Amino acid sequence: MTQSVGKSVSRKDGIGKATGATKYADDVVLPGMLHGRTIRSTIPRGTVKSIRFDFDTTGFTIVDHRDIPGTNVVALIRDDQPYLVETEVQHVAEPILLLAHADRDVLFAAKVVIEYETLEPVYDPLASAVSFKEISIEKGGVVASLAGAEIVVEGEYRTGHQEHVYIETNGVYAVPEEDGSITVHGSMQCPFYALKALKGLMGPATPVRVVQTETGGGFGGKEEYPSMIAGHAALLAMKSGRPVKIIYDRVEDMVATTKRHPSIVRHRTGLTRAGQLIAMDVEVIIDGGAYATLSEVVLSRGSIHAAGPYRCAHTHIRARAMKTNTPPNGAFRGFGAPQTEFAMEVHMDRIAEQLGMCPVALREMNALVPGDTTATGQTLRRDASALECLREAVARTDFIRKREAYRGTSKGIGLALFYHGAGFTGAGEERLRSRARLDLTGRGVRILVASTEIGQGTRTMHAQIVSDAMGIPYEDVEVAMPDTAVSADSGPTVASRTCMVVGRILERCAQEMKARLAGRTPAEYLDTVGPLSVILEHVPPPWINWDDDTYQGDAYPTYAWGCDVVELELDPDTYEARPTHVTAVQEFGRPIHPALAQGQIEGGTVQGLGFALLERVVMRDGAMANPTLTNYTIPTTLDTPAMDIVMLENHYEGGPFGAKGLGELPIDGPAPAVVNAIRHIGLDLRSIPAIPETLLTCASL
Amino acid sequence: MKTPLSTLHLRRATSLAEALTILRDEPRTPVAGATDVYVQLNFGTHPATRFLDIWACDELRSISVRDDTLVLGALATYTAMLASHAVAARLPMMREAARQVGGPQIQNRGTVGGNIANGSPAGDSLPVLAAADAVVVLRSHADERRIPLTAFYTGYRTTVMRSDELIVAVEVPRVTGRQFFRKVGTRAAQAISKIVVAAVRDGSSARIAVGSVAPTVVRLRETERALAASASLDDAMAALRAEIRPIDDIRSTAEYRLKVTENVVRRFWLASI
Repeated sequence: MTQSVGKSVSRKDGIGKATGATKYADDVVLPGMLHGRTIRSTIPRGTVKSIRFDFDTTGFTIVDHRDIPGTNVVALIRDDQPYLVETEVQHVAEPILLLAHADRDVLFAAKVVIEYETLEPVYDPLASAVSFKEISIEKGGVVASLAGAEIVVEGEYRTGHQEHVYIETNGVYAVPEEDGSITVHGSMQCPFYALKALKGLMGPATPVRVVQTETGGGFGGKEEYPSMIAGHAALLAMKSGRPVKIIYDRVEDMVATTKRHPSIVRHRTGLTRAGQLIAMDVEVIIDGGAYATLSEVVLSRGSIHAAGPYRCAHTHIRARAMKTNTPPNGAFRGFGAPQTEFAMEVHMDRIAEQLGMCPVALREMNALVPGDTTATGQTLRRDASALECLREAVARTDFIRKREAYRGTSKGIGLALFYHGAGFTGAGEERLRSRARLDLTGRGVRILVASTEIGQGTRTMHAQIVSDAMGIPYEDVEVAMPDTAVSADSGPTVASRTCMVVGRILERCAQEMKARLAGRTPAEYLDTVGPLSVILEHVPPPWINWDDDTYQGDAYPTYAWGCDVVELELDPDTYEARPTHVTAVQEFGRPIHPALAQGQIEGGTVQGLGFALLERVVMRDGAMANPTLTNYTIPTTLDTPAMDIVMLENHYEGGPFGAKGLGELPIDGPAPAVVNAIRHIGLDLRSIPAIPETLLTCASL
Repeated sequence: MKTPLSTLHLRRATSLAEALTILRDEPRTPVAGATDVYVQLNFGTHPATRFLDIWACDELRSISVRDDTLVLGALATYTAMLASHAVAARLPMMREAARQVGGPQIQNRGTVGGNIANGSPAGDSLPVLAAADAVVVLRSHADERRIPLTAFYTGYRTTVMRSDELIVAVEVPRVTGRQFFRKVGTRAAQAISKIVVAAVRDGSSARIAVGSVAPTVVRLRETERALAASASLDDAMAALRAEIRPIDDIRSTAEYRLKVTENVVRRFWLASI
């Protein structure tokens, strides 16, 4: 019996945000604070020849790479990206110099003239000679199986860049402390990532600390990028000896920061005439941009999900992340899976077309069920729900009848079946060794973790879990702002892990805390025994078995499952595809907070519709040419159809109260469901965004 | 790069007479709702630094009917036009344009005079005014001129206006026939037009104006002639294809604009018999 879990309790951060009392980074003004500005490259590739200051430098703090006390590298996975260009420029908008001044207008009026020697840039990942990572996942014998298949279906599918469009742009402020250390406060998902990067940048002589400020959205866009802007602010603060704030405006944020990796996915699939999958040969190419950043792990998740939620004895997935002279692409909700699952699901509909089969029947025949093995050879446990999601979505939408009824009209209906692994891939969670901390307070407990609230409900959901595990009221659980000086490093707020992994550690902390109290109230314990902190580490399920070299084994401890059905209408005059109804059936263990969970599904679904239909990053000469909310169009309410959200339950024993991860799952399905609905109308569409201009071209073929 | 606010100079006029006196003495860019000027200042793309705020010149705000002519004061906002019975009765295509421009905040601030003065080829009210044979009323401290909207623009965001002149109103003679408006934006709302068509069909004659297909709003005179001459619709569409030459830009393609303009004009003609 739970008191709080499963109920839509009031959000911990609700009143502050609703009343406008909450302070974001740009709301903070400290005495003596300077504004910081980044001078960026204007060419995609070349070397810096000269730098001239075409302004009166009085009152300015100017930082270049020579001011870096530690290492000029944004430490992440590979150490290839500099904080500040030394001579080589690899992409447009690469940081070269930093300026700070007390007067914002004076700062932004300053003109810096940079002369370059240019080199030929590479924009096409297929033409690039440099790969950041190559992955091969092999099961059975694909070549022979394809050769012997009764039917072989081939296809190539493409997805474009996508911008996160968090409401709050990237922003931080750095404060030089009296003890010689630097504290960076900022909008971010992963304070300990920023800490690690700052330590390398500032060197051993300057201790650093990172505190998250209230963060207005992330979607992966504030996973690795804040390490860059935090470093810049720290350098300016150190040199000037004053607090320095850097807030990007929307244009700078869109031009300079990360996007979803564009992808090209090619399938060759062998089947029986009856529709059984025999062999899948999949090639995945993603455009990493100019530096490695997180491309290799995005590629990893993308390739693991590339065979979709299907049973197939012989699979070979070959994936590579290529370097191009464009701003680095990075983490974005779904992390490679939306791209590869898009390709798989559109390919499945093309297979059904070629076999003359109903797309539902084809999926029913091949969907993974408990006991089946995935492309990495992982045997699914009883909490695999592909068929349940598919059947529920098909039944609720009257899919089969509408599929017939809409034939020959401007209406289409399409579906997509998908899944998403929760937590870090493979041995990632074991390597992370995440910890959570719970402190006793006079009324109850305080949660001290690095997991950030970025609008998705971390604080609320964690407090619910702790409240029920301890048996104390939800209101008596406080949640501290992540601060690397005091919070336990619960790992980054990414990978749909904050509930399932960190929530589970907190559940165990709460159980431990309850046992230690042994019936005493928190106040009694504090009075009679003294302060109490419980810190516990993540314990991965004992049956996890993963081989990083062969990419074989249990890629994720569990998966969340979903089936989306999109109905839409194509305007015969303007080729605009307008979704009229979306049904999203998703199984993610169980909802801790049903309203927040529904919000995640609705939000992720709309973000997926934008990815499918509207959001197009126009790249010209290696730079985003439409870096405004006017010209990079995300869906408005009027672009958002009615949605039927269905949450199925299938508890995962390794998650808190049976919960799995949910954050990313909802964005995997909408794009292929949209494209399959457009295909149902008769357009041979295989790429997104499916803007009307593209649909006109399809219609003219 | 944002335009530094400290370099800007603003004066505020509370009457038309005061505004015209100020403009006599020095050129200033008039602003009313400033919905487009603010955006350009934010992007550092607005060349002007000296502005004249005419928002408080209430005598420019009225919407009225005089001598069978609908007179829209330059400061008539989209919200005011949406609320106006005269606009609803006489110029329903303007009502449609006003309903679809921006969101409520923009509709509350944006004015018809500002839309004309701004001169964006994508301005949503401009095809309506062009199709309705509207006349722009310009006044200076010395004189008043009336310029048909179709003769108002000389090129991309350039007009026949002198620096001492202010748009005070736009006059729309009675429109007979069936009116049509279609905006095709980059999404369902809060979008800049990729093409925008306003048209009137009166029996066998048509007046058709299109935005976002040329440096200025354009009337499709050849298409209109072909339709009036009872040429086949296909022949008229051939005339349409010959008389506009849209371009590729970050919002759309020339191919799309041409094809969709044709489709929309076809739809207008067939639907308004």
